[in-house]
Amino acid sequence: MLYSEKVMDHFRNPRNLGTIDDADAIGEVGNAKCGDIMKMYLKIKDGIITDVKFNTFGCGSAIATSSMATEMIKGKPVTEALKLSNKAVVEALDGLPAHKIHCSVLAEEAVKAALFDYYQKHPELEKPEGLSDCAACSGGCCSCH
Amino acid sequence: MKVYADNAATTKISDTAFNAMLPYFKEMYGNPSSLYTLGQKSQEALCSARETMAKYLNCDMKEITFTSGGSEADNQAILTGAYLGEKQGKKHIISSAFEHHAVLHTLKKLEKQGFEVTLLPVHEDGFVRPEELKDAIRSDTALVTIMYANNEIGTVQPIRELGAVCREKGVLFHTDAVQAAGHIKIDVKADNINMLSMSAHKFHGPKGVGMLYAKKGINLYTLIEGGAQERGKRAGTENVPAIMGMAAAFEESCKNLEKNFEYVKGLRDKVAAELSKIPHSKINGDITKGLAGTLNMCFEGIEGESLLLLLDDRGISASSGSACTSGSLDPSHVLLSLGLPHEVAHGSLRISLSEYNNEEDVAHIIKNVPEVVAYLRSMSPVWKDLTEGKKQYVIQ
Ligand SMILES: Cc1ncc(COP(=O)(O)O)c(C=O)c1O
Ligand SMILES: [Zn+2]
Repeated sequence: MLYSEKVMDHFRNPRNLGTIDDADAIGEVGNAKCGDIMKMYLKIKDGIITDVKFNTFGCGSAIATSSMATEMIKGKPVTEALKLSNKAVVEALDGLPAHKIHCSVLAEEAVKAALFDYYQKHPELEKPEGLSDCAACSGGCCSCH
Repeated sequence: MKVYADNAATTKISDTAFNAMLPYFKEMYGNPSSLYTLGQKSQEALCSARETMAKYLNCDMKEITFTSGGSEADNQAILTGAYLGEKQGKKHIISSAFEHHAVLHTLKKLEKQGFEVTLLPVHEDGFVRPEELKDAIRSDTALVTIMYANNEIGTVQPIRELGAVCREKGVLFHTDAVQAAGHIKIDVKADNINMLSMSAHKFHGPKGVGMLYAKKGINLYTLIEGGAQERGKRAGTENVPAIMGMAAAFEESCKNLEKNFEYVKGLRDKVAAELSKIPHSKINGDITKGLAGTLNMCFEGIEGESLLLLLDDRGISASSGSACTSGSLDPSHVLLSLGLPHEVAHGSLRISLSEYNNEEDVAHIIKNVPEVVAYLRSMSPVWKDLTEGKKQYVIQ
């Protein structure tokens, strides 16, 4: 099979699917030309991600990584979410085929983009380490090159 | 419920073809090159298969070379045309933008060898224009290679007219008829074809076998050197069971051509009519001038691979031209050649039916595709932007 059981599980039953109307932060990465777009909505309270939802346009691995990434950051402090790596998401999914890794990069970028948005909206807060400079992503996505 | 709707990728072998193969595994397993009776029986079998193929293509059996399939036949035909031309100082080849990779990659290889390639446009409807071919032919054109029917959208090219242009200009004409053979009537003489490739597994024959028709007088370039099989043009002990299966499948398909076409087209048209009701969807290529079973559609706001995976969960096997199903970053070159933007081409679905499909299959497809499209749209940020007016629909 192309995908692991875990990938198929998250693809078939995506966790935290949806949008948040009064989100504290929103991150959107990728573009339709490349075939994958991910949009992440966060609720943040006292430095903790209390809720997260996503919408994704993309392939099986894009949807599965979105789902897994939301699970990995929900309830976590912002500082920890910023450390979420694409590699960790892929490992949590028991791997992805080599040519699909690029589709998974978006999950990490979406989290970073959402948190960037959050600190843009809250200039009074001290910016944590690891916050991306690029509004869209950490440089790996289609819209950056 | 299982619905196989990917007949353009490959087909189920027919009982007739399957049964025609069986005696050549354990009974008549002799090498056709051996002179004892067992070998000669295999030789006779090959001869009868060649006769069958020739009969339904309207050519001579000496004009047929058995190959390992469509890709090999395409490679051999194109290299033959190129190298024959080169001997006369002609190094220009004309093809179309939406050929199969077996053709396009062979042309890429020739470009590295100093050949110049012109790819004709196929326009929004998916057809090469004979006038444009006429204008593209130069004094140094060695070969024209244009597919009979496209594998992704099914459009059947005006082969007879294209062949006539080539004949008038004295240029060799090859056609990749892998999708057409066994599905629509082919007459290499009337169609003005000099070389033609086909593959058995697209018309209910076995995989890994095909053939190349080359008009008498065309000295084929040999891809595989070795023994004297296929008049020295394709070495290797012949795959007798597969060749027998191909001939049986081809005969069966050709005998039922009109009947199958009407039946399959009836099913396909129903699917097309129902799926066209999905808002912001579009049929790619003009299917009124296409193969009976092929339907290629785009659904705005979704991506093809996730569509295929969810359809698979519902028992439907189909295919897509999205980048994520091709393993590359770009969606199908066929869909791009029609002028579709990338973001729309990613949301494509190809359904290809055969005479083994039925009304129940159609009902299953037209129930499930709209549901899955709606679900994927419900989670798509692109669709959200479209419905909220933040982005303009490409497909109205
Ligand atoms: C138009 C066309 N040409 C060539 C091929 C290659 O044929 P084969 O798989 O027999 O090598 C195919 C099938 O994939 C095809 O659809
Ligand atoms: Zn992808």
